[in-house]
Amino acid sequence: MSGTSNADYYVPHGTHWPIIGSIGLSLTVIGIANFLHGTWSMTPMFVGLAIIIFMMYGWFGTVIDESIRGLYNKQVDMSFRWGMSWFIFSEVMFFAAFFGALFYARMYSVPWLDGGSNNDATAQYLWPDFEAAWPLLTLPLGDKFAQAKEVIGPWGLPAINTAILLASGWTVTLAHWALKRKDRDWLVYWLFATVALGFGFVFLQGVEYVHAYQDLNLRLDSGIYGSTFFMLTGFHGFHVTMGATMLLIIMIRCAKGHFSPENHFAFEAVAWYWHFVDVVWLGLFIFVYWL
Amino acid sequence: MSTEITHGGHDAHADHDHHGPAKGLMRWVTTTNHKDIGTLYLWLSFIMLLYGGSMAMVIRLELFQPGLQWVEPHFFNQMTTMHGLVMVFGAIMPAFVGLANWLIPIMIGAPDMALPRMNNWSFWILPFAFTMLASTTFMEGGAPAFGWTFYAPLSTTFAPDTTDFFIFAVHLMGISSVMGAINVIATILNMRAPGMTLMKMPLFVWTWLITAYLLIAVMPVLAGAVTMMLTDRHFGTSFFDAAGGGDPVMFQHIFWFFGHPEVYIMILPAFGVISAIVPTFARKPLFGYSSMVYASASIAILSFMVWAHHMFTTGMPVAGELYFMYATILISVPTGVKVFNWVTTMWKGSMTFETPMLWALGFIVMFTIGGFSGLMLGVAPVDTQYHDTYFVVAHFHYVLVTGALYSIIAAFYYWVPKWTGHMYDERLGKIHFWWSTIAVNVLFFPQHFVGLAGMPRRIPDYSLQFAEFNMISSIGGFAFGLAQVFFLYIVIKTIKGGEKATDQVWEGATGLEFEHLPSPPPYHSFTEAPPVK
Repeated sequence: MSGTSNADYYVPHGTHWPIIGSIGLSLTVIGIANFLHGTWSMTPMFVGLAIIIFMMYGWFGTVIDESIRGLYNKQVDMSFRWGMSWFIFSEVMFFAAFFGALFYARMYSVPWLDGGSNNDATAQYLWPDFEAAWPLLTLPLGDKFAQAKEVIGPWGLPAINTAILLASGWTVTLAHWALKRKDRDWLVYWLFATVALGFGFVFLQGVEYVHAYQDLNLRLDSGIYGSTFFMLTGFHGFHVTMGATMLLIIMIRCAKGHFSPENHFAFEAVAWYWHFVDVVWLGLFIFVYWL
Repeated sequence: MSTEITHGGHDAHADHDHHGPAKGLMRWVTTTNHKDIGTLYLWLSFIMLLYGGSMAMVIRLELFQPGLQWVEPHFFNQMTTMHGLVMVFGAIMPAFVGLANWLIPIMIGAPDMALPRMNNWSFWILPFAFTMLASTTFMEGGAPAFGWTFYAPLSTTFAPDTTDFFIFAVHLMGISSVMGAINVIATILNMRAPGMTLMKMPLFVWTWLITAYLLIAVMPVLAGAVTMMLTDRHFGTSFFDAAGGGDPVMFQHIFWFFGHPEVYIMILPAFGVISAIVPTFARKPLFGYSSMVYASASIAILSFMVWAHHMFTTGMPVAGELYFMYATILISVPTGVKVFNWVTTMWKGSMTFETPMLWALGFIVMFTIGGFSGLMLGVAPVDTQYHDTYFVVAHFHYVLVTGALYSIIAAFYYWVPKWTGHMYDERLGKIHFWWSTIAVNVLFFPQHFVGLAGMPRRIPDYSLQFAEFNMISSIGGFAFGLAQVFFLYIVIKTIKGGEKATDQVWEGATGLEFEHLPSPPPYHSFTEAPPVK
């Protein structure tokens, strides 16, 4: 659209990374399934994961190399931008499924088990003693699940973690500004701060999980509250770990002298991703911990 | 070639542009070429069509007569489930992605898809996913047997271990679809030739842009649903277990939040195909182009707000039923706009009836029949009668077989001369159409009657009063299945040879692919952007 010739658009020819990725992905999931069935050890799964990491290392390495050689024009850059934006949108929708489950459980399934809407008969015939509450500690059929004593309130570690993530959103912006004014020292320092805050968040989340499991008996199998709590915070924590790892790689690349004030889409993509995990956390803090 | 010389700084690039396809099997494994990848998708889809079709033959064989004749009930359930999964995720969706790969770059004047390596990966995940899914048939516990909608708790509490392979296969298909959709959107938004404004794009490109948006919006939700299934099965979560405060009905909500946009994912590109074929053979421009665009967008938006019409019998509050009923019926407005626009395009046109046009007309008539039965199902108070009967089976086979599949076959006949440079055999194409069309109506039309009379779907045996219609239906089914084996012969024959196609292929054909590219197009087309009027 910028009036350049199509011949300028870099079209790579022949790539073996995708098929390696497919083999890695398949081995990973087949490994997980067989591990869950007790037929295999965890080794095949880890081999699969190692293949995926090898593929990502090679694939991204190729792309970085091509980028440094100047093969990508503005239009290629725009394709990457659209690609990353829509990838983040797909991630938003993945979290939406779990937020949807949370809202459905709070608004419908738990109240209806207690006779809400037109479900009196359901309540009377199934579990007449059940009383709806949120967070739900006393389950309709308690002996099937772990009994949580208490849930985690918002104003301890979660509030600290909120501050940490918000601060990391700020430090990554400071790093971006440093990159734009060609201040490579501060670029690396601020990125280091962001990575440290990111992994700090994951560490505190780990502390919280240990507390939940050991002291509160709040577990993945403590009914719908534990299910939504751990799936939402767990997937979020996984995304923070991924994001912090990507930031770490960007930091190493910055220290090596990659990126220029005009040309640094990899940095921006990771920053977008980082803001995305930040926003998801705000949703978690409000709807899982607070309200 | 002169342009490449002026860009000598990109030496590796310039070298590459002289390459044709690589040799041997690895060409197909490592290719980043949109035409190669389109071909791979289309062949995968054809293989899946025959695989899913053979399971349909088992189903029709068992239903040929009342009583249990050929297969065990549990195996029958595996057949209905796998037939649905393979046809939806393996035949229809990859076929449209294959068409998108082949056509979008040559329709908008792009050198290739925007992200060619990722394009390769989108495809090459699928053979692994389907091999994994299909292999469950031979494992202890058998293939998934809970219906293609895999409702909890059938798919959680009461399903065999093999269900986990199904779950991961769905994850892989979702990754593939999302990557493919991201590629389509990046290509359409970023790779159009100068002058190809959004409102000049062929409708196939428009409908795919909207389809890709739907895919990215709902495939991750499906991934979420199967992930919750996995944790309910193995890690003690209680999303779909009322004993822990969850709800099996919640599964249906999440599934259909994916599932309803999914049916538009399978039909919007079909609308694009029909909107290309009808003007060519009516020798008139498409009537109401912009209303077609807006109708497609409206359908996409509405598709997110109607999902619970699949769940009228779950005991939802009446206010919910009313809302979902009215929202559902509203979709018939933009869909009606499309049907009327196609009819109006033909009005006073100089029409000819070559094979692609026959399939397109078959689509318009029979998809509309499927749409009308959909309206009947959308009316909540009467859906209580139709729900989970053969009437539903008849409805969605009219929209998916005589709708989506017919448009794919129409697209094949319409564009295969462009792709291969060979005309298909017109006589055989017409035989294929009439054979299929008679057979498909013998197959599915009686299912409306048995459904209204109360025959439930997904059963291997039935009451005696349904015997005649089922036998008729089975005969139609065998004939329709055989017609698609005949289609395979036509496809191979056309690829191997045939009358040389002209560059324009059809007298009335318009669009960059017909006006600016030879038949077949070079391996790398539009290395120089074409002029767009």
